[in-house]
Amino acid sequence: MNLQNIINEIAEVDPEVYERTSTRRHAFKHWGDFGKKLSLTALPLFFGSVLKKAYGQSTSGIADVLNFALTLEYLEAGFYSSALASTALTFPTADAKAAITTIGGHETAHVNFLKTVISGPLASTPVAQPNVDYTAKGTFPDVFSNYNTFLAVAQTFEDTGVRAYKGQAANVQSNATVLTAALNIHSVEARHASHIRQMRAAAGATVKPWITGNSSGIDSTAVQASYNGEDNVSQGGVTITSLTGVGGNVSANAATESFDEPLAKADVLAIVQPFLV
Amino acid sequence: MKNAMYAAEEQAKGKPASVPRFSASRRNFLLKTGGISFASALVLAASGCTDNDAPNGGSLTPPNTTAIDLGSGDTGILNYAYALEQLEAAFYTQVIATPYSGISDAEKALLTDIRDHEVAHREFFKTALGSKAIVALKVNFSSINFSDRTSVLGTAKAFEDLGVSAYNGAGHLISSPDYLTLAGKIVSVEARHAAYIRDLITPGSFSSNVDSNGLDISAAPTDVLKTAQTFLTSKLDGSHLPS
Repeated sequence: MNLQNIINEIAEVDPEVYERTSTRRHAFKHWGDFGKKLSLTALPLFFGSVLKKAYGQSTSGIADVLNFALTLEYLEAGFYSSALASTALTFPTADAKAAITTIGGHETAHVNFLKTVISGPLASTPVAQPNVDYTAKGTFPDVFSNYNTFLAVAQTFEDTGVRAYKGQAANVQSNATVLTAALNIHSVEARHASHIRQMRAAAGATVKPWITGNSSGIDSTAVQASYNGEDNVSQGGVTITSLTGVGGNVSANAATESFDEPLAKADVLAIVQPFLV
Repeated sequence: MKNAMYAAEEQAKGKPASVPRFSASRRNFLLKTGGISFASALVLAASGCTDNDAPNGGSLTPPNTTAIDLGSGDTGILNYAYALEQLEAAFYTQVIATPYSGISDAEKALLTDIRDHEVAHREFFKTALGSKAIVALKVNFSSINFSDRTSVLGTAKAFEDLGVSAYNGAGHLISSPDYLTLAGKIVSVEARHAAYIRDLITPGSFSSNVDSNGLDISAAPTDVLKTAQTFLTSKLDGSHLPS
């Protein structure tokens, strides 16, 4: 095989091939040096790995993903700061208000962190803070005056946030640093979701820290899109309900609770659209 | 405590702790390695036992001269996750079998949920890995007082936070996008557990480990395995995992 010929062919149809692999340019042009060190059978592996890095996900593609995440974080951060600023919203306990303050603080930290990563290492432009309507154009008119409505919307935002980050993990896989940071945000959103759900349970709602089936535990069909698909019991080709659990097969509840499901960007945008103006 | 050591798999099935049922492949492996005649003899003797044999058969346990190799590549990472899920499933199985004193109905119900989730995770990895799956691990919970709420919840918190940090830290080591997404599906459930357990210990501490950037912890397999090993009799070898 003649790797240089293949590279030349790619360069003919894609003149940017060397740019796409800017950090690998040296490797491409001097692949012969590598060849001396690699066995013939290892060469295709090496070459495939370079191509994967070149075409896997560009820096601008990763910035796009983080800008999508930034929009969601803006939405969440603004939501909690508005709630805490609302004199019409009564928190039942000081602990409840402290928890919301903590969660809101994390969302603001996420906003700042993502802006820094997008404008710094990724050399891109962070999206602007969106204009919002937390009543979702009238669907939740008392979101900042009724504690239960506030918590229901908070739970929906958190559970949706978890699904949104999960859906983007594979899209930032080519950048290990960004992937790990995204995962570290993703699990914090899940911690928030767990706590908000416990706050709702304390306020009388029938809901657990985890998602059972595709049930929102919220008396409103408006949030259902955030839970559709959570009733999936097939994971990586394995039907979870056919596995041995305790005292029989794994139950449908356990099967759906034990795996959270991702959401595609388009689905997330459709869910948050009513909150954007 | 007396029954501190279990074969995780049997324990989950509600069977008494007994001699671990070494698979044929492990037996062959031990035989092939040779030079471990003492261990091999004990294993062969043990393999003749059935589940109904003496529950104190654990005394026949061979010395752990051979560490369990988690493997390399994505298989290694999946086995790494499988090992952690085995540990968690065994722990919660014991928590529900011998509830701590003063456990509330709500606590028992949700801790039972968590047990069932961890069992589902464990069985998922076992099935997904198929013939590449590591053996059922032997756990060592002698440091845990299962009748004491503080001891149990403190351990649960350590396991859940460890699990979250492990999945977060292993994400970039996974090659397959599908496996990455699968790990993502599980880690958020572990984070939900972690938050709940933390709140049980100290209300409002669901995210006290989060840093000033609002980021959770991620940890490398080497560090995670060091902690996990303290709860295992089986020796794990993660030296071939991607890094």
